[in-house]
Amino acid sequence: MLALFTQPKNMTHDSIGQYRGSTSVSVNHLSVELNRRTILDDMSFELNKGEFTALLGPNGTGKSTLLKAITGELAAHGDIKLFNQPRQYWRSEDLARHLGVLPQSSTLSFNFTSREVVSLGGIGLNILNHQLEQVVANNMEKADVLHLADRSYPTLSGGEKQRVHFARVLTQLEQSGDNKVILLDEPTSALDLRHQHSTLALAKALAKQGATVVAVLHDLNLAAQYADRLMILNQGKIIRDATPKDALKSDIIEQVYQHKVSVIPHPELGHPIVIAT
Amino acid sequence: MTVSRALSAKSLCIISAIALYLTTVASITVGPMSISFTDSIQSLLPLTNADIPNHITMIVQQVRLPRTLLAIAVGGILAICGAVMQGLFRNPLADPGIIGVSSGAALGAAIAIVLFGGLASHYPTLLLFGTVPMFACFGGALITFTVYRLGTGSNGTSVTMMLLAGVAISALAGAALGLLNYFADDQALRDLSLWTMGSLAGANPQGLWLAFTTLVILFTLYYRDADKINAMLLGESEARHMGINVQTLKRRLIVLAAVGVGVTVALAGMIGFIGLIVPHVSRMLIGPNYKTLLPVTVLLGALLLLFADMLARTVVAPLDMPVGIVTALIGAPFFVWLLIKQKGRI
Repeated sequence: MLALFTQPKNMTHDSIGQYRGSTSVSVNHLSVELNRRTILDDMSFELNKGEFTALLGPNGTGKSTLLKAITGELAAHGDIKLFNQPRQYWRSEDLARHLGVLPQSSTLSFNFTSREVVSLGGIGLNILNHQLEQVVANNMEKADVLHLADRSYPTLSGGEKQRVHFARVLTQLEQSGDNKVILLDEPTSALDLRHQHSTLALAKALAKQGATVVAVLHDLNLAAQYADRLMILNQGKIIRDATPKDALKSDIIEQVYQHKVSVIPHPELGHPIVIAT
Repeated sequence: MTVSRALSAKSLCIISAIALYLTTVASITVGPMSISFTDSIQSLLPLTNADIPNHITMIVQQVRLPRTLLAIAVGGILAICGAVMQGLFRNPLADPGIIGVSSGAALGAAIAIVLFGGLASHYPTLLLFGTVPMFACFGGALITFTVYRLGTGSNGTSVTMMLLAGVAISALAGAALGLLNYFADDQALRDLSLWTMGSLAGANPQGLWLAFTTLVILFTLYYRDADKINAMLLGESEARHMGINVQTLKRRLIVLAAVGVGVTVALAGMIGFIGLIVPHVSRMLIGPNYKTLLPVTVLLGALLLLFADMLARTVVAPLDMPVGIVTALIGAPFFVWLLIKQKGRI
C-alpha cells in the first residue's frame, strides 16, 4: 500500500526557468499548539521550486516551529504536502532523499574527519562506495570545505562546521532528482560576515538550480540581499509574504518588531536596507 | 588539526587477531599447575592424546579451554555493548558498569537465584539458560531505559545526569543485593558472591554456547546498524532528518545491549571497564566510524579480558583472584583520566 506513495509523482524539468512556479511544499491550515499556547495559527502557503524564501520575525513567533512542522518533528493540525504527497504518507527514508535540514549547531564529541561527517549524508543513498567518495568530494567543493577534508571535525570553527554540514545535507539530497527541499534554521547566527554571505550565496545558488530553499534569518538586510521571497511571521501568523522590495516597508517592520526603522535602497545592489533608528 | 589515524582498521584487525590467537594459546598453557606448551596443545588434539597423562588432558580440556573461551566471548560482548552505549549516549564515558546496567543485571540475576535457587539442584540447565539470564537481561534493560530517560534531554545527553543516575542506581542495586545476601541460604549466597566480583571460573560448555551465540547475534545486528549509529552521533534530530527511525533504533540498541550485558553478568558476574577502555582505545587507533570500530572492539575486548584473566589466575596462584578486580584496577585510573580530559564539558 505504502509502496504506491514512495515515488513522488512529479514531473521532470529540462530548463531552470521552468522550475519557477512549480509547487514543492504546500501548507494548508497549519496550526501548532504547545502547552495550550498557539504557536502557529492557521497558516497556509505554498513554496515553489527554484525559490529562496527567508522566514523573518521576532523571537518566539514560530519560525523554527514551522520548520519542525514541515519536517514532521512536531505534531501539527492541518495538511502539509511535499511534492504533491501528504507528509505522513512519505516513508522517512524516501523523504530524507528529498528533504534536508541544516541544523543550527551540532555537537559531536567523537573525532570524525570532516570527510567522514559529509559521508554520513550518504547512508540512505543507493550508491557504490567509490561513487559516494566522488559525490562527497564534489559537495565538499561546493560548500568550500574540500581543503578541510582530513581535518578533525571537533577542531573546526563554527563556520567551518556549518559548511561541513551543508555538504553533508547536499550529499543526503544527491539522489533527489529535481525534487529538493532544503531547510536552514538560522544558518548565519554563528558566522562571521564573510561566511554569512558565502553560506547564503550557496543557498541561493542551490535555489537557482531548482531547489526549494527556506531559511530562518534574523538579519533583515541579509534576507533582502539573498532571498527571492520574504515571509514575515508575527504571533504565529504570516503578516507579509512578498518580494524583499514589497515586504520590507517601514510600517510593517515597525509594527512587527516594535522598533522604529527607516528603509533605504542599497546604493549598489538596489535591494532595500533596513536601518534601526 | 589534521587527523592521522595510527593504523588502518584492516591492519589493526589482523594484528589483534594474531595477538588474540597467541594469548589464547598462552592462556591454555599458563596456570597454577605448570603444563608444558606441547602437552597443552597436544591434549587438545584428539589423535595424540595417548601419551599425555589423563589429569593434564582434563585440566586443559575442562578447565582452561572453557575458561579461555568464556573470557573471549564475554570480553567481546562487553566491549561491543560499551561501544554501542557510547554511541547511543553520544559520549565516550558511557559504560555498562558506570551507568548502572551491570548492577541492574546483577540484581535481576540475584533475584532469580534467590527466588528459584531451590530449583537449581534439580534443573541446573533451566536455571542457567532460562531464568537467571532472563532476569539479568530484564534488569539491565530497565536500568538502561531509566538512565537514558534521566540523562537525555532535548540538548543531547547530560553527562552529569548520566553518571549521577548510574551512581544512584548502582547504590540502590547494591543495597538490594546486600539485602538478598542477608536473606539468602548458603547455596544462593555462594552463587551471589560471584555476581559482585566477576569471575570466569564457572565456565562450562552450556554457558559457552550461550555466550558465543549472544556474541554472534549482537555483532550481526549491531553491524547492520553501524551506519545508523554513526548518524546518531551527530544528534537525534540530525539522524531523524537523515531518514532514520530514531525511536526504534534506540530501543533496539538498548535492548540488545541489555541482553549482552545480562548474559555476561549471568555467566561471569559484574566485570567492569572493558566496555569503557576498549572502545576508547579502538577509537584512538582507527577513528570513530562504527563500521570498522565494531569488529575491532570485539577483538580487542576479547584480548583484554583474556589477558586480565590470565593475570587474575597467575599473579596470586594458586589462589584465583576475581577477574573483576583486575579490570577495575586497570579501568578505574583510565576512567579518571577520561574524566579529566572531558572536564571542560561536564
